Amino acid sequence: MAKVHVTTTINGEPMEFLCEPSDTMLDALRGPLGLTGSKEGCASGDCGACSITIDDRLVCSCLMLAVESEGHEIRTIEGLAQGERLHPLQQKFLEMAALQCGICTSGMLVASDALLKKNPDPSEEEVRFWLAGNLCRCTGYDKIVRAVMETAAEMRAH
Amino acid sequence: MTELRYLAPDTLDEAVGAFAKAGSAARILAGGTDLLVQMRSGVLKPGVIVDIKKIPELTAIEQTADGGFRIGAAVSGMALAEHRNFGKVWPGVLEAVNLIGSKQVQGRASAGGNLCNGSPAGDSVPAMVAAGAIVTVQGPDGRREMKVEDVPAGPGRTNLKPGEILVSFTLPQRPPGSSDAYLRMIPRTEMDIAVVGCGVSLTVKDGIVTSARVGLGAVAPTVLLVEDAAKALIGSKLDDAALAKAASACSAACRPIDDKRGTIAYRIKVAGVLLKRTAAIAAQRATGK
Repeated sequence: MAKVHVTTTINGEPMEFLCEPSDTMLDALRGPLGLTGSKEGCASGDCGACSITIDDRLVCSCLMLAVESEGHEIRTIEGLAQGERLHPLQQKFLEMAALQCGICTSGMLVASDALLKKNPDPSEEEVRFWLAGNLCRCTGYDKIVRAVMETAAEMRAH
Repeated sequence: MTELRYLAPDTLDEAVGAFAKAGSAARILAGGTDLLVQMRSGVLKPGVIVDIKKIPELTAIEQTADGGFRIGAAVSGMALAEHRNFGKVWPGVLEAVNLIGSKQVQGRASAGGNLCNGSPAGDSVPAMVAAGAIVTVQGPDGRREMKVEDVPAGPGRTNLKPGEILVSFTLPQRPPGSSDAYLRMIPRTEMDIAVVGCGVSLTVKDGIVTSARVGLGAVAPTVLLVEDAAKALIGSKLDDAALAKAASACSAACRPIDDKRGTIAYRIKVAGVLLKRTAAIAAQRATGK
């Protein structure tokens, strides 16, 4: 099969990769691009473990073809920390133990970051509705929601 | 296995040409939130995918000179929510579009895809039917317009002809005192498929309903325009008798199935209940009370 050549930007870096036309963005990230932080939970857009942004728009990378990233700007969990410095959400998730098995965590972080960029002062209800597409199989939702609220408060204060 | 080809043309003419040429092997890609799931599960094995998101007309939201709106078929729910005026004029259509899936799905899923997917339970469709939306489609024989309620043909099927692509929805301008609403019944609070969905659009003048349209979803093989319910509302003050008559008309229009989400009897009853609640919200928005 003829592979397609794709030129895109991932976490601010220009990137090129080859993929099958039917590959999802998640396949490309975890395969040729070697970015395995985005997880495959359901592969049908229900669980949010593969959340990324395309042009700052939160999406499931399993519901997007890799070829669709041509010319667009992709951000993944790998772009959240600045070098060794964790993003405030990552730091707070650690401090408040807002993760158990960890499979949902990168999706939760990417989705929460997208929320706080859009709305720096969300209510608890807004956080819960925003994260409705991110499933935690350990059902640790309360700690996750509290960590997001706490991070938002701290980021507003700085 | 035949090889999949991905095409992302910049113009509608190219897209129509490629789509028509590939025949039944081709699928249109807008948000992909249905298509990719169907491909992944093996239900669909398209030979050609035509991505329509590089065509400006299909991703544009325009306010027309007369105060109506033209929404490209591939506009995502999130993009529609970010438009500064749309939600003020058509809050019911917007709330329906943004009940589709999670925030991740709303970032991609479009009203055009929701309509063409042909699900009787698509949330945006009853609201678009209530709004009196007209769709523009383009195919090898040119452009034509259809009423939105004439698009669905049955579960998973539309009345679009081979090679035709849905281009846009046109929503009419609104007289003062107009608004709309959409409610759906689901057993959860979020992220579920409608057991019944109800869209109501109406205009109220001096306390009297002067025009109304009602769309019902998930109660028949296609989304329904319920003209008898609208007739019961028009000329009334939305008093209990008028609402009861409209609710009965909704229940009478139902031809539902029994499934894991709800029984026939339940859907018929809930259709009437939702009509009353949805009409009340639309009227409150229309009158500012």
